[in-house]
Amino acid sequence: MGPLVPFIFSNEFNLIIALLAGIGFGFTLEQAGFSSTKKLVGLFYGYDFTVLKVFFTAGITAMIGVLLLGHFGLLDLSLIYVNPTFLKSALVGGAIMGVGFVVGGFCPGTGICAASIGKLDGLAFVFGSGLGVLFFVEGYPLFEKIYLADAWGPVLMNEKLGMSQILFAVLLTAFAFAAFYFTRLIENRVNGVHSKLPKEKVIIYSSAIGIAFLVLGIIAFVPDSKSQMESRINRQLNQKDVSSVMVPPDKLVTEIVNNYYKINIIDVRTPEAFKAYHLPFAINIPIEKMTAREWKTILNQKHKANYFYADDEQSAKKAYLWAVQLGNADSYILSEPALKFRKMFTDLVPPGVNASKNEINIYNFRQKAATDMATLVEALKNSNQPVEAKTTKIKGGC
Amino acid sequence: MNPIILKVMKPNKYMNPYLAGFLLGLVLLGTIYVTGRGLGASGAVKSMVLATVVKVAPEHSANTPYIKTYEEEHKGGPLKDWLVFEVIGVIIGAFFSGVISNRVGIKLERGPNITNRTRIIAAIIGGALFGLGSQLGRGCTSGAALSGMAVMSFGGIITMLAIFGSAYAVAYFFRKLWLK
Repeated sequence: MGPLVPFIFSNEFNLIIALLAGIGFGFTLEQAGFSSTKKLVGLFYGYDFTVLKVFFTAGITAMIGVLLLGHFGLLDLSLIYVNPTFLKSALVGGAIMGVGFVVGGFCPGTGICAASIGKLDGLAFVFGSGLGVLFFVEGYPLFEKIYLADAWGPVLMNEKLGMSQILFAVLLTAFAFAAFYFTRLIENRVNGVHSKLPKEKVIIYSSAIGIAFLVLGIIAFVPDSKSQMESRINRQLNQKDVSSVMVPPDKLVTEIVNNYYKINIIDVRTPEAFKAYHLPFAINIPIEKMTAREWKTILNQKHKANYFYADDEQSAKKAYLWAVQLGNADSYILSEPALKFRKMFTDLVPPGVNASKNEINIYNFRQKAATDMATLVEALKNSNQPVEAKTTKIKGGC
Repeated sequence: MNPIILKVMKPNKYMNPYLAGFLLGLVLLGTIYVTGRGLGASGAVKSMVLATVVKVAPEHSANTPYIKTYEEEHKGGPLKDWLVFEVIGVIIGAFFSGVISNRVGIKLERGPNITNRTRIIAAIIGGALFGLGSQLGRGCTSGAALSGMAVMSFGGIITMLAIFGSAYAVAYFFRKLWLK
């Protein structure tokens, strides 16, 4: 599941990827004609809309791709970098950049491209942008107030507009195609030509539009991988017989006392319930967080069996089914709820005077087990803390 | 003269803009999939500037809080930065593209009514404005607008609208730089 950095590729190797991404970026920019300042500013005078065409096509391609990968669980959208919003700063900065675009005829990326193939104006632009950055760095106290004002964090466009991601994507895609059509009309008028699109191009363009909306339709109407898994689990919840993996408390306790290093005891209740009481050595993974990346390594340890428990059988069973679904077949369910376990071991009540031999035996067993567990917990206090698994937030932006 | 050689020397036509955009989109998508972040350009300029300032005026840098914070965030030095490596790639990729399309050569492009000198001065001023604006906007057309659009960032899209809105608003006043 993406992003692959830093989970599969290291941060050092990431720099090599940066180089490769840059080669692709520079190559396509130059091929598109972005190394030519006249082609770029044509956008603002209506004689050449290449910038709009390239820019919008790239934007919607990547946007639809991101949604598609996220939808089928190939890319974790909660981890990718979303540029934070600082409203004032974004508007003022954007306005200044717009003037810079018209006066200088480039933006930084295209200026670098132009300089790379020997354009002196591109080189001058890049030099100038260095001066502009220097001005900002040296004058930072002047800009600080506006730079940090209205910090909204990484909000998404669709959230601000109060619609779903997919609806926004459809609207933006439709807008892009409409823009392509109308800018073509403008271009023809400004340049005084009446070119008609050749038939093969009409076919190619309409199929491209069709494919874009088809993919958007798939994202909108095919259930995503997580909800597919969820409905599979809900079906199994009512049908699957799990009695073979139900473990009574006494057996679990024996496991804890003898094989504590071979088992994971997983509390799937809320953090509050966990805090109030939990089994010895238990770790807390609330059921709705079971699919999170940070727990994957804990749930899928090769030589460890998972024992799930909750306050009710349904939740424990659900957690068990998730674990099996996520790949760990060696999973079990504690047959009693957490509070019953507490009564049986922690708040053990001595049997009455008339108790049968069997009852006394059970009492003795449980009392010894409780003491053993307490000793173990005490002895392993420092080593049994579950490793705090942190999710990495990826940094990006210019 | 051999007509074939003549043909080879002529710069090739640019790629179809939609095809180029689609390829660019795939590059951006691949980058997001692998690294979790988008593309950029102005950040590399910033790293270069800061590296230069630190080198040329170490004492001054030590007294400038902004540079100090930046240095603390970039333990490996300002040049060990994702965007610096990416922009080195951009230079290689653009040069390669220029070579295969016969577009490499020392050249200067300008509007028909201005001198080379005016063009260079305008490019420097425009660059300076873009450099300043990209710091306030936390990214330029690549880092904020394009990459922001790919992940539906509100900030990125607002920056994009501001860039193009303002460019259209002032284009008329600078028409002498570009038009007849």
